[in-house]
Amino acid sequence: MHSEIFKNYTQNDKSAIIPLLQDVQQIYGYLPEKVLLEVAKFTGLALSRVYGIATFYNQFRLTPLGENIIRVCRGTACHVKGSANILYTLEQELKIQAGETTRDKKFTLEVVSCIGACSIAPVITVNDDYFGRLTTKEIPGILKKYANKPKAETKKEGSAS
Amino acid sequence: MKMVELTINKIKVKAEPGMTILDAAKSVGISIPTLCHMKDLFPTGACRICSVEVEGQRNLIPSCAYPVYEGMKVETNSSRVLRARKTIVELLIENHPQDCLICVRSGNCELQNLSIKYGVREHRYAGESRQHAVDLSSASLERDPAKCILCGRCTRACNEIQKIGAIDFTNRGFKTIVTTPYNKGLNVSDCILCGQCILVCPTAALREKSAMKDVATALEKKGKFTVAQVAPAVRASLGEEYNMPLGTDVTGKLVTGLRRLGFKKVFDTNFAADLTIWEEANELIHRIQTRGILPMFTSCCPGWVKYLEQNYGDLIGHVSSCKSPHEMLGAVTKTYYAKKMGLDPEDIFVASIMPCTVKKYESERPELSGNAMQDVDAVLTTRELVRYFNLTGIDFDDLDSDDFDSTLGESTGAAAIFGTSGGVMEAALRYAYFTLTGQHLDILDFDAVRGLTGIKEASVDINGLTLNIAVVNGIGNAAQVLDEVRAGKSKYHFVEVMACPGGCINGGGQPIHQKQDKVIKRMKALYEIDKKMVKRRSYENEHVKTLYKEFFGEPGSHKSHEILHTTYQDKRKIK
Repeated sequence: MHSEIFKNYTQNDKSAIIPLLQDVQQIYGYLPEKVLLEVAKFTGLALSRVYGIATFYNQFRLTPLGENIIRVCRGTACHVKGSANILYTLEQELKIQAGETTRDKKFTLEVVSCIGACSIAPVITVNDDYFGRLTTKEIPGILKKYANKPKAETKKEGSAS
Repeated sequence: MKMVELTINKIKVKAEPGMTILDAAKSVGISIPTLCHMKDLFPTGACRICSVEVEGQRNLIPSCAYPVYEGMKVETNSSRVLRARKTIVELLIENHPQDCLICVRSGNCELQNLSIKYGVREHRYAGESRQHAVDLSSASLERDPAKCILCGRCTRACNEIQKIGAIDFTNRGFKTIVTTPYNKGLNVSDCILCGQCILVCPTAALREKSAMKDVATALEKKGKFTVAQVAPAVRASLGEEYNMPLGTDVTGKLVTGLRRLGFKKVFDTNFAADLTIWEEANELIHRIQTRGILPMFTSCCPGWVKYLEQNYGDLIGHVSSCKSPHEMLGAVTKTYYAKKMGLDPEDIFVASIMPCTVKKYESERPELSGNAMQDVDAVLTTRELVRYFNLTGIDFDDLDSDDFDSTLGESTGAAAIFGTSGGVMEAALRYAYFTLTGQHLDILDFDAVRGLTGIKEASVDINGLTLNIAVVNGIGNAAQVLDEVRAGKSKYHFVEVMACPGGCINGGGQPIHQKQDKVIKRMKALYEIDKKMVKRRSYENEHVKTLYKEFFGEPGSHKSHEILHTTYQDKRKIK
């Protein structure tokens, strides 16, 4: 069923696990449970080992991405400028924790270490848009804007963290 | 071989090249504490509790992973080493529930022992500690990740020895947890509940699900006819819990102890082991004569059966349809014995004392609850029985010996060795030889199927029929044989598989300690019991003969199929 993923790899080659998982994520945007079972069978690794690897590396996601990805910078400059409050407000507004996706699949909330835009700290990004010198008051408006937007164009590969 | 000379604590030591500091120290009576270390497996050096000081090295060295070299100077007890070890213990304790007083492993916990040894007297690193729910989903095991100290021994027993891989390290850093994929219950994982993880767990992060309460309730209930039965492997290991030498046979005391607990009858699972041989050997002969599905696999080990159903579900036709011995004894007690004694089967409560954790799951299998009644109502592990004895003030050392109750208590030597890898095979061969040739087998010791080798093979000539047999010792070695069978390339007629390395004597319900040679010595104890017996062939069991005459007719009869045989299911996740 997923022969297109496996055709570039040798069966029972345990060392192929990480590129294989990257390919899976490229296609699905995350690592679906069913596919992980097949990856385990193909590589000859126990599912628990595959799951262990998938949860060890930040680049892998086990849940599908929402339509909009919000990344909150928690780097030093943003931290000094109160990014903890920004993150807290977002978690409250969206009713999810960092790393999770809302039930309606509209938003995924992520934390990143530094976006490299320290001059406009505290900063968040929503998809490819930057919001700098952000205050908590502005957050509901921003969320509203994206929640009502028609489904975004094709999603790029998962997380960058 | 040129030996390496080094000094450990100023003592001159000669060691083989490649030996670790840990082993070299051990050879001269210097013990170094370990947590993550597992004999015969590649060292991980994860826990650092075995740290030692080596002259010329800036940092402390993990002795379990570091090979000796010529002229090496090692200090295993310098104040720097002791301080480091104590700190490691202190850090582990701070991220561990402080509930030793109510913990099942209290008194037999490696972390507790280290805390005592290094004199931890205060909490120096109070901080956040991990919170995890206990996994109670399986019928046999409890998994309590909050008590886990992440030594990784269970994951290695599961992955490298048993080759199941039901649990592994997941997530990372502070959030690291040993768990199943998606942190689901063990009941839906690849786990076969063998309990080998319990035997290596230094704390109570892995433990059996106790049935003591069920047994206690039944023993107190008026009108209940309580029956206990004891597996062969239990008698060879239980004494260890009372500081008897490894491999002490405590059968007699065990029977007395069980009577004192209040069981009305104490039967021997060995009786049913003989019965199993009658049924199983006949099934094998029938399969050979009618060109049925071969090779035939043994079915005594529920862990193995579970493994086969989950991973090689297409091969379930190869498994003998015989129930495992303790299930047979339960079934016979509630049918034949009940009828004979005029008892209502509903009133009978059968408790099995087993070296095994999977038996708990097995006894709850729907296939083994014929007539809406379970063959076996509760399974206690060896460890639970010891706890029960302690609870009820039974001083095991001082007990007199007693015999099993008659009818379902008599057994032959062939049954005793069921508890060790190769035993079922040997017992079946003794029986099959007689059935096929009408002659008694003179040589009763099949050395080829004994011992701890992973796969033991033999060819036995019976009246011109060459029987190719294999004994798989430990589920980690099963895949090789099964892949051959699946490919249609297997030359075997009969294959015995025991999930635990060494067989039931090393089962997941046995006493927990890391003493050397425990498997070999328990194994020897069972072969000694066999050797001492006058009757060493299952067909010589007079009571089994009577059972057939009065009740079942003959092996493989319609009635025996109804009561003594079972079915299996293909439970593969991907077919």
